[in-house]
Amino acid sequence: MLEVKDLHVNYGAVHALNGISLTVNDGEIVSLIGANGAGKTTTLRTITGLEKAASGSVTFDGHDLTKVTPSKIIGLKLAHVPEGRHIFPQMTVEENLEMGAYADRSGMAETMEAVYVRFPRLKERRRQLAGTLSGGEQQMLAVGRALMAKPKMILMDEPSMGLSPLLVKEIFQIIREVNQQGITVLLVEQNAKMALSISDRAYVLETGSISIAGSARELLNDPRVKKAYLGQ
Amino acid sequence: MDKRHKLSYLLNAVGVAAVFALLMLLFASGIFGTSTTYIQGICTTACYTIIMVASLNLVVGFMGEFSLGHAGFVSVGAYASAIVSGALAGKGLPDVGLFLVALLAGGIAAGVMGVLVGIPALRLRGDYLAIVTMAFAEIIRVCFCNFSITGGGKTMSGILKLSTFPRAFWVMVVCVTVMFLFVRSKYGRTIQAIREDYIASSAAGINVTFYKVLTFAISAFFAGIGGGIYAHYMTAMIPTNFNFAYSAELLSEVIIGGTGSLTGSIIGAAFLSALPEVMREFSTYRMLAYSVVLILVMLFRPGGIFGRWEFSLTRTLGALPRRRKAKEGV
Repeated sequence: MLEVKDLHVNYGAVHALNGISLTVNDGEIVSLIGANGAGKTTTLRTITGLEKAASGSVTFDGHDLTKVTPSKIIGLKLAHVPEGRHIFPQMTVEENLEMGAYADRSGMAETMEAVYVRFPRLKERRRQLAGTLSGGEQQMLAVGRALMAKPKMILMDEPSMGLSPLLVKEIFQIIREVNQQGITVLLVEQNAKMALSISDRAYVLETGSISIAGSARELLNDPRVKKAYLGQ
Repeated sequence: MDKRHKLSYLLNAVGVAAVFALLMLLFASGIFGTSTTYIQGICTTACYTIIMVASLNLVVGFMGEFSLGHAGFVSVGAYASAIVSGALAGKGLPDVGLFLVALLAGGIAAGVMGVLVGIPALRLRGDYLAIVTMAFAEIIRVCFCNFSITGGGKTMSGILKLSTFPRAFWVMVVCVTVMFLFVRSKYGRTIQAIREDYIASSAAGINVTFYKVLTFAISAFFAGIGGGIYAHYMTAMIPTNFNFAYSAELLSEVIIGGTGSLTGSIIGAAFLSALPEVMREFSTYRMLAYSVVLILVMLFRPGGIFGRWEFSLTRTLGALPRRRKAKEGV
């Protein structure tokens, strides 16, 4: 469904990505793990067109994403939950969800009902300003807003950031449920253990290139991954 | 448009007409004696300042970007409209027609300039954008100091005195109404979403740069119209009138009135254009008082006096009978 081939990205003289290749198949959860500064967020930002690639290709569902402007990408049913949630703080919860359907408003009421069924907390707080929600609720709102676009695939950037261990568990449970509905997920995470536990496959990113790739189970047992990312 | 909306528009039109009639009646009654013309002048000043400040508020308050170069757009509008009215004078157009054509020309010239500046500049944000807009206004000023058509550094004088108070008033009403409708439209809501979070907006499918340039151009357009009224009221101007201090003055009026409130811009601009005249006797301390007011507002009302609150005649009138009922204990 998503194919990234030999992607190079430079920030001035700094090579942020040195030829990354990865694929995400229909219906999978794939994680991209790695330390700070490895290039995880850059990879996502390049996929959604927020960064320009120096060379390489990104194909989603047959479309060359390097030629699509960021605002058109949601129209291809590829949703992005950005790092740090980025909800609209001065809008109500419901208005935030409506913003998710900005590009395609068909059947908005039903999609919203489905989101409320998944996140009853959001329904309770639908008239509340989103900026007054707790961190976990804001993350749920960010996921709910992405679902409003009726995506085929969701890109998630650090969904566990700044959340308590209990909420982290809940968020990962939600990601798994969303995936079971048939939505493909590409997950970028620092919390390697949690990410691997729900993923089908994973890539380890190290200073701009992929060092290890394989099924999530293989990676969980890989001594290098264990040592560097799982703290064992 | 449903019945309630129609009624509300009608009510507002009546309200505006009533304010106008009241002012005209005051001027006609001779209550101000010999200073009638002078006070009418202050009111005209207030009208074009309101347009300039409200248009800047579109960028600062509703789009959430700092612009330190609004005087640049005002000057483009002022000079363009003065040149057009000068060229068309005596061609058989009635004064009102000439005035409106000149204003439109000024607005369009400034709007085009807004697009030209906006396309490269609006990829920047925050401080960087503020610096670029400031530089733009300076470049415009230096250009006007050197072009022969604008009088080249000397005063451009002999501009027709077309800005009377009634004309300025009605142009102001139309401009503010259009800006208000813009803010309430789908476009206005979109730029407010961008202000809230541009990353989330672009993830939702909003073409952020397009909407920013659009807003910038609309803001510049109205600044140009304000500049046109200014030129035809002053009848003489010099490029240094539109220096950085003027941009800063407009910006501080936006901030004092309330970023994101057109009501705030109207009242702030009207108040602050009258204030220097009222305080003429203590003119030495004028700027001092101005800065103290600005500091106090920032300390106690960081969002400006009105914040994002908008006055609504319909709501106010609707609340009156309810309050009376509550008093009577019904």
